[in-house]
Amino acid sequence: MATASTLVLEGTAAPGGRKPSAPQARPKQRAVKRVLPGFHLALGYTVFYLSLIVLIPLAALILKTFEMSWAEFWEAATTPRALAAYRLSFGAALLAALFNLVFGLLLAWVLVRYTFPGKKIVDALVDLPFALPTAVAGIALAAILAGNGWIGQFFEPLGIQLAFNPTGVVIALIFVGLPFVVRTVQPVLQDAERELEEAAQCLGATRLQIFWRVILPTIIPALMTGFAMAFARGVGEFGSVIFIAGNIPMVSEIVPLVIIGRLEAFDYQGAVALASVMLLFSFVMLLAINALQGWQRSRAGGGL
Amino acid sequence: MKPSLRGLLAVFALLTLLFSPWALAQGTLLNVSFDVSREFYREINAAFVAQQQQRGAPELRIDMSHAGSSAQARSVADGLHADVVSMNTVTDIEFLASRGVVAADWRQRFPHQAVPTTSTMLFLVRQGNPKNIRDWSDLVRPGVQVVVVNPKTGGNGRMAYLAAWGYVRSKGGSDADAAAFVRQLYRNVPVLARGGRDATGVFLQRNIGDVLVTFESEVISVEREFGVGHVDVVHPSVSLLTENPVALVERTVNQRGSRELATAYLNFLYSEQGQEIAARHHFRPRNPEVLRRHAQTLRPIRLFTVEQYFGSWAEAQRVHFNDGGTFDQIFEARR
Repeated sequence: MATASTLVLEGTAAPGGRKPSAPQARPKQRAVKRVLPGFHLALGYTVFYLSLIVLIPLAALILKTFEMSWAEFWEAATTPRALAAYRLSFGAALLAALFNLVFGLLLAWVLVRYTFPGKKIVDALVDLPFALPTAVAGIALAAILAGNGWIGQFFEPLGIQLAFNPTGVVIALIFVGLPFVVRTVQPVLQDAERELEEAAQCLGATRLQIFWRVILPTIIPALMTGFAMAFARGVGEFGSVIFIAGNIPMVSEIVPLVIIGRLEAFDYQGAVALASVMLLFSFVMLLAINALQGWQRSRAGGGL
Repeated sequence: MKPSLRGLLAVFALLTLLFSPWALAQGTLLNVSFDVSREFYREINAAFVAQQQQRGAPELRIDMSHAGSSAQARSVADGLHADVVSMNTVTDIEFLASRGVVAADWRQRFPHQAVPTTSTMLFLVRQGNPKNIRDWSDLVRPGVQVVVVNPKTGGNGRMAYLAAWGYVRSKGGSDADAAAFVRQLYRNVPVLARGGRDATGVFLQRNIGDVLVTFESEVISVEREFGVGHVDVVHPSVSLLTENPVALVERTVNQRGSRELATAYLNFLYSEQGQEIAARHHFRPRNPEVLRRHAQTLRPIRLFTVEQYFGSWAEAQRVHFNDGGTFDQIFEARR
């Protein structure tokens, strides 16, 4: 890390060349000079860019909500259908994230601690849900889980319906959320020193104790971050879900679909009311993620 | 490094110019249309371009944009440079008229209330019709699974809903009877599809349901995609007349001076050739002679209009499909 930053420093100092002929002054300068020229310029650009890409579109959404009175907003945001959709969107996302929490950890563990043939491929496969268009994922999942699909045909006779009901929603969200947990936990596991575990073992700790007292505390911030990210993604997910949900109002209809339904009826305000509820929620989620990441960094810095 | 950067910038500038609306030459039209009209307009466009060339008009290109009808209306309202719009519900063009994008009297600008073709809702059942489905009343029988589009997300679904409702009214039933009937019908719905094509996929690829309620024009695309003989077409005793209205987009034709060409294009839809093409794609032509020629596929069927039982499209939308409307009540009662 340190070598990389000095390299950048010297690299930028040469072409920028404000004072190239003052080698003696350099050490002094280095303390003041930053990688990018001018703190004000860099900050200004950051704020400008962030505004253009993120804040202005979101501000439009919020401004649109101000066209409604509070009562109108409340009414549009809390219709029985909307409430049922929140329940499904948040509930299914929570379940899927919990599932991924356990199995994502397991997957990360196997990928870090063991070598086996084809490991590189498995490692690459984990990222697939990131890259795959979610609609494709949804269609593929619906195809195999439907009553006449590869997997669905074995469950249908047992009276278990995997697709076109809330179960299908959870399965789709598990699929799209998996990489978040694996990819946040993996590097932390990689950095965790095995010597600590060995030391614990020498001191007579049982395997469960080692896991509980040594491993888990190290990875728990990363695990929570991955969980929150998978959860947030699940709440906002659209493409993969609509193909497998069945989309029955009050039963298997997600919030984004209700929003689209309102837009189809040219009910912009009703759509915006729901959208701003989702926005508020995502913002709270992301704040939580940031806090978790801060916690993770402070623990990684102080603990190890 | 430098010359290639300059080249890149030049290419970028050129591309921006090419795709900017002002760069579009006089000889192009953009028709923004609904999802399942793709194949129909492909043929119409080729025929119209050929006709224009015969008359010695300059080179002409017609661009198309297809998506859900209401989504298309929203993009045009938001600034998509369409010269003409062709939708599958009157509501979508009324929305554009309310935004001033389309003339307020658009209904009077073209023959037949600016509706060159109509369609209707019918049933597709599995080959041999194993559940013996003949009419709307069969859809509420226990054990019959009905695949329809969600009225909230697709015009197709709104039509199916109104058709079922109107069936009861046409038999002399009250609105309360109709509501009970429709509620019963939606109890038999295992999957509410998002749009017309989605519904077809659920019915044929996932093999869900005994009957699919959809546009008459969808029959031909089913046969093209899945082959003839997978499904039988059932014409119910009575169904809803649905309209495929067209309009000029005033904003664009004024800006680009394409009014004359766009008008000619829309009028072509009413010509015998245009009507013939429509009939071949299972859209019901306005020309009675062409309709008679295709009576084999476009079977005579008793049709009612939305005005007959629902007042107007706007009224139907407000009462049935807006939030808290009858459709919502049906599902909220299920919980």
